[in-house]
Amino acid sequence: MSEFKPTNPVIRWIEHRLPIFSFIDHAVGSGYPTPRNLNYWWNYGSLAGIALVIMILTGIMLAMQYTPHQDFAFDSVERIMRDVNYGWLLRYVHMNGSSFFFIVVYIHILRGLYYGSFKEPRELLWIIGVTLLLLMMAASFLGYVLPWGQLSYWAAKVITNMFTAFPIIGEPLVTWLWGGYTVGNPTLNRFYALHYLIPFVIVGVVILHIWALHRFGSSNPVGIEADGPQDKIPFHPYYTVKDLFGLGVFLTLFAALIFFAPNLLGETINYVEANPLVTPAHIVPEWYFLPYYAILRSITFDLWFLSAKLIGVIMMFGSTMILFLVPWLDRSPVRSARFRPWYKWFFWIWVFDVAVLTWVGANPPEPPYLYIGQVGTVWYFAHFLVILPLLSIFEPTKPLPSSIGEPVLKGGGAATAGAAAKPVEKA
Amino acid sequence: MAETANPGTDPGHSEDGETRRDFLYLTAAAMGLAGTAAVAWPIIDSMNPAADVRALASTEVDLSPIEEGMAITVLWRGNPVFIRHRTAAEIEAARSVPLDDLPDPETDEVRAPRPQWLIMVGVCTHLGCIPKGQRVGEEKGLFGGWFCPCHGSHYDTSGRIRKGPAPRNLDVPPYEFLDDTTIHIG
Repeated sequence: MSEFKPTNPVIRWIEHRLPIFSFIDHAVGSGYPTPRNLNYWWNYGSLAGIALVIMILTGIMLAMQYTPHQDFAFDSVERIMRDVNYGWLLRYVHMNGSSFFFIVVYIHILRGLYYGSFKEPRELLWIIGVTLLLLMMAASFLGYVLPWGQLSYWAAKVITNMFTAFPIIGEPLVTWLWGGYTVGNPTLNRFYALHYLIPFVIVGVVILHIWALHRFGSSNPVGIEADGPQDKIPFHPYYTVKDLFGLGVFLTLFAALIFFAPNLLGETINYVEANPLVTPAHIVPEWYFLPYYAILRSITFDLWFLSAKLIGVIMMFGSTMILFLVPWLDRSPVRSARFRPWYKWFFWIWVFDVAVLTWVGANPPEPPYLYIGQVGTVWYFAHFLVILPLLSIFEPTKPLPSSIGEPVLKGGGAATAGAAAKPVEKA
Repeated sequence: MAETANPGTDPGHSEDGETRRDFLYLTAAAMGLAGTAAVAWPIIDSMNPAADVRALASTEVDLSPIEEGMAITVLWRGNPVFIRHRTAAEIEAARSVPLDDLPDPETDEVRAPRPQWLIMVGVCTHLGCIPKGQRVGEEKGLFGGWFCPCHGSHYDTSGRIRKGPAPRNLDVPPYEFLDDTTIHIG
């Protein structure tokens, strides 16, 4: 929008030599023209960024107190909780922060699926986003192991054992991952190193994500491209303020969880130190992994030369990987579900299906949960592999508005009074 | 370079149009790849079990205090090893199973050459949990052996998988009897 013209002489001196201020202005400032009709579902991108910063800051502080050794890790976390000044707060923020990070990112992804944000020309933006999800999953899994409680240990053991499902390379691969013959001290050490590394990889990929976003700008609830400057408003101050309001709501809920129910989302058994000789009766992953866990466990039969275990592992990883293909599975020319009367329903049915799988994942793998999980798994994949391609062909879509402004402003917004119309006169 | 107006006489060109330069590109790329692999291997291999970890890879166990019907669990390479002094009924149950009933067919004679002693790694072959059934009063599953609570695998009195998602029988570690009551595992 407006050209970046700093008045402060120091900023001008730096800007002339390193145009970093205009870079920031173009990324998240007044220099980023944004569709004028974004709703609150568009808050979750910046919220995810803030969640990442919260996790890195608290994580660095925790790392200063933590000992990555199998004999001391559990006690060092207890020391953080009891002895370190505000250690309890840092840990509870970090621990619950991962849950909030996943809530925010899941909503961000659902928004993209509902409004068709992944469609041409934003496919690569979407793919980078799915990559970020995978990195987040890796980081949260690795971090969950570090307190070295019973679930930490057994989560590490069960998840790494999945790789034994692969023929021939499976066993040596897992030995290599462990640095031993089971999950042990070498495993804890490397998990700690990688847990510290991955967030910074995420920061790098986030920069790619924002870079790709700015190539074509944000999508919007009606899913048509902006016609011209009258359809856009500067990111700052309009959306910085809107995002700040959303952040206020987010932090209020977050604080409520941290101060009133910090262990609500965790499992009590993880406050028992890891014991390699005793598996807890019920192993459940964190809530944000439950749907994948349900899919893993719903495969109880061999198929041809493939073992149930291998199919389960492939399906579990496939359930996330399939997101990479969504831009090519959903080929409907209409982006937004607002104008897709059938997809809108199938979208919510799929969300319900994921919720059911979450519930199944929290329960033991026996009837009736097993059968519900199997139906849910079939539906999960059918949604992507059957329903989306069919909808692309047969769905009667509603007529699209002629411009972003039209639905809210009589006359298409092009002739509206005020600041938004001015660029038109210039053009 | 030997670029000349008459490429037919250029010694850098062979009959089929390949040049010495193509050959150089190829060999240089191959050398580069070999060099990269040579550097990558130490980095990758450093994550494999170190010498001190490998050094703990064998253990000796005195079996004399284990009476018939008792079981003990010892550590070998960080993993539990189940040692069970089986009763005649358990041996009979294990040996009378037709191989056709087994997802991973293996005779009890092979798994336990000395029938009263069943020695195996107590790690579920599904995803690595420790099956229950070693201690008195623990659930032993549908076949009277071991039961893995994580994903519901049932093992019989020979430690063979009978029902559930585990693909293989419980592994029998390499071991030998040093004398009648002492074994060396590893």
